Amino acid sequence: MTSDTMIKVTGDLLLDTLKSAKEEGYTLLLDITAIDNLYKSHPPMTRFELIYILRHENFKDVRSYKVPVGDPEIGVETITSLFASADWAEREVYDQYGIHFQNHKMLKRVLNHNEFVGHPLRKDYEITKGQYCTVSQDMMDEMKPLLKEKELDLQKDNLMVVNLGPSHPASHGTIRTLVALDGEKIVAAASEIGYLHRGFEKSCENHNYNQIIPYTDRLNYCSALMNNIAFAKTAEDMLGVTLPDRGIFIRIIVAELSRVIDHLVCLAAGLLDMGGQTNYWYLFNPRNNAYDFLSKLTGARLTNSYMRIGGMAHDLYEGWETDLDDVLKKIDFGITESLKMITHNRIYNDRIQDVSPVSAKEAIDYGFTGPNLRASGVAYDLRFSDPYYYYDTFDFNMVVGSVGDTYDRMMVRFEEMNESMKIIRQAMKRIPDGAINVPDKRIILPHKGCVYGGIEGMMNQFKLVIDGVKVPEGEHYGAFEAANGELGFYIVSDGSGTPYKVKVRAPSFYHLAAYPKIIENYQVADAIMTLGSMNIIAGEMDR
Amino acid sequence: MDVSNTHLLDEAVVTTKVDAVIDWGREASLWPFVFGTACCAIEFMATAASRYDISRFGAEVLRFSPRHADLLVVAGTVSYKQAPILKQIWDQMPEPKWCIAVGACASTGGFYDNYTTLQGIDEIVPVDIYVAGCPPRPEAILDAVMDIQRQLKREAKFEVRNTDFKGKLDDI
Ligand code: SF4
Repeated sequence: MTSDTMIKVTGDLLLDTLKSAKEEGYTLLLDITAIDNLYKSHPPMTRFELIYILRHENFKDVRSYKVPVGDPEIGVETITSLFASADWAEREVYDQYGIHFQNHKMLKRVLNHNEFVGHPLRKDYEITKGQYCTVSQDMMDEMKPLLKEKELDLQKDNLMVVNLGPSHPASHGTIRTLVALDGEKIVAAASEIGYLHRGFEKSCENHNYNQIIPYTDRLNYCSALMNNIAFAKTAEDMLGVTLPDRGIFIRIIVAELSRVIDHLVCLAAGLLDMGGQTNYWYLFNPRNNAYDFLSKLTGARLTNSYMRIGGMAHDLYEGWETDLDDVLKKIDFGITESLKMITHNRIYNDRIQDVSPVSAKEAIDYGFTGPNLRASGVAYDLRFSDPYYYYDTFDFNMVVGSVGDTYDRMMVRFEEMNESMKIIRQAMKRIPDGAINVPDKRIILPHKGCVYGGIEGMMNQFKLVIDGVKVPEGEHYGAFEAANGELGFYIVSDGSGTPYKVKVRAPSFYHLAAYPKIIENYQVADAIMTLGSMNIIAGEMDR
Repeated sequence: MDVSNTHLLDEAVVTTKVDAVIDWGREASLWPFVFGTACCAIEFMATAASRYDISRFGAEVLRFSPRHADLLVVAGTVSYKQAPILKQIWDQMPEPKWCIAVGACASTGGFYDNYTTLQGIDEIVPVDIYVAGCPPRPEAILDAVMDIQRQLKREAKFEVRNTDFKGKLDDI
């Protein structure tokens, strides 16, 4: 489907190569990561290799570049001059792998704390070696250059420096933004993340593919099932298998339901931040109904772990249509009531219109995807530009905003819920009977009857549980249109049942990287709304 | 003693112990500070929303300043990076104060047995109730609140709690 190509470049040609790629139309930098080849059975010449993943402006083609790094201390030239999104991406590689980027303006740790010693994603860093952090950094090393750039002075201009977060109700848990204030106005801001860094990528290197599924749940925990699907689908693409139709339709249904739930939480919390508490009840209650449906189906309310590589744990239960229909009706009701309260509400409109607009060009430069990018008027949705799972056969619309302000970001989400429900209703009608899992003994666990009734089934189960699903050697970037945008998994397999490396391209990471820039010149109260409208989920941002 | 139905007593005088009055007041007005960091915080949101409705137990006044709160609810994973902040918040809360660790992560680190995650918040702050689950259901969170209510009745009223606790980040 995707024309997925890997091109090798040397470090000194990197900047020029990416420059011409950008001119060719590869304007969206998706991700930067590295591979540590220390434990490879046939290691290449250098221990470290950098991976740059770019997407074309037709939003279909993906191109990856691989750059061997001779000496990590010397590293390669930064590409921040070409892509704004490279800023934090390079910092992350530096933090996790210790690879240097020449001429990067602020090359410091981003996920791990400032007292951390070593680089955890290097293969020789022991996974359980935790390090206590005694004090949080003051972040003035980032604030001072920002103020200098703007020719401001803390004393002379009478500025006040305030922390928004990390423990702040409107910072959604774990995001810290240091702001310099002139009265109520933010004149400079810098964000710090990593408070919820939970070592997802390192854990992946120590678990087999199916064991990783529960970890993926906790990336974007507001729509856990979507992460399950995205990860399983990437592994399946590497295995070269596709699900039977019934399996695909189940995935579509639960994925779209997850998208709705995700948007519900985002809007409920966003409106609550604004003081619209009634909306919170209207939007959060149907979510509870959706949870009831999901817990009946999967056994868990939030962290479902329903998918498996090559399929899912079990089929839909009897009578699911009535339950789901009921859930959809309740969600419909919640949305309608909530919209009634806000559509012509001056407080709502005046409060968020024209706040922190992001133009289409900027949005792409920052690496925005999903509803936040569409709000800026860019018609990019993987379900349209590179349809998987029969999305091209469904009748639904892409929701696109115009100016990309806080208002657009919220309203795009409202509309998207309706579109997703359209898809669910169509899928409920069209879902065929039949198998849900790929008929392959090397991937799917045998039926329990065979396990307890015969030696062959038992051996089969044993091998699959102990060794895991063996994914053929290779590298693959799989992308999925998740609730927050393009959720990508870049997997390197050495042919065993445990991935050699997994990198998540998390939409929230890039959204938050832009956040301190777009809240500048707006008021503190606006910044809170902007954060709410961007739906930053710390689980996927910090991983 | 049931002082909620005073009108039944008409003009009568109620005699009771100071302790009983304080218990009665504290029990029905726990003010939680929610230190919500991850997935468990979403379940806490559900606990506060109308179906599970934590206000039935008098604990709906969610404070976002630790100085106003007497119940710390840690819902979510606490990383090493987050630990000093957790400690700072705990230290800012006035006595007497209680703490609930919601979920596997807050209780033990959960399945994040790796370089990032604190292996249980009791390395940093004293915990009164641990709630199992990943995430626990809202009912379990409510149950923990009720446990605290039962527990505070058995305790001395005017003393600083947990004086002998020593966390990993104390005295540095
Ligand atoms: S216990 Fe489970 S649900 Fe709760 S924060 Fe940890 S991983 Fe998330």
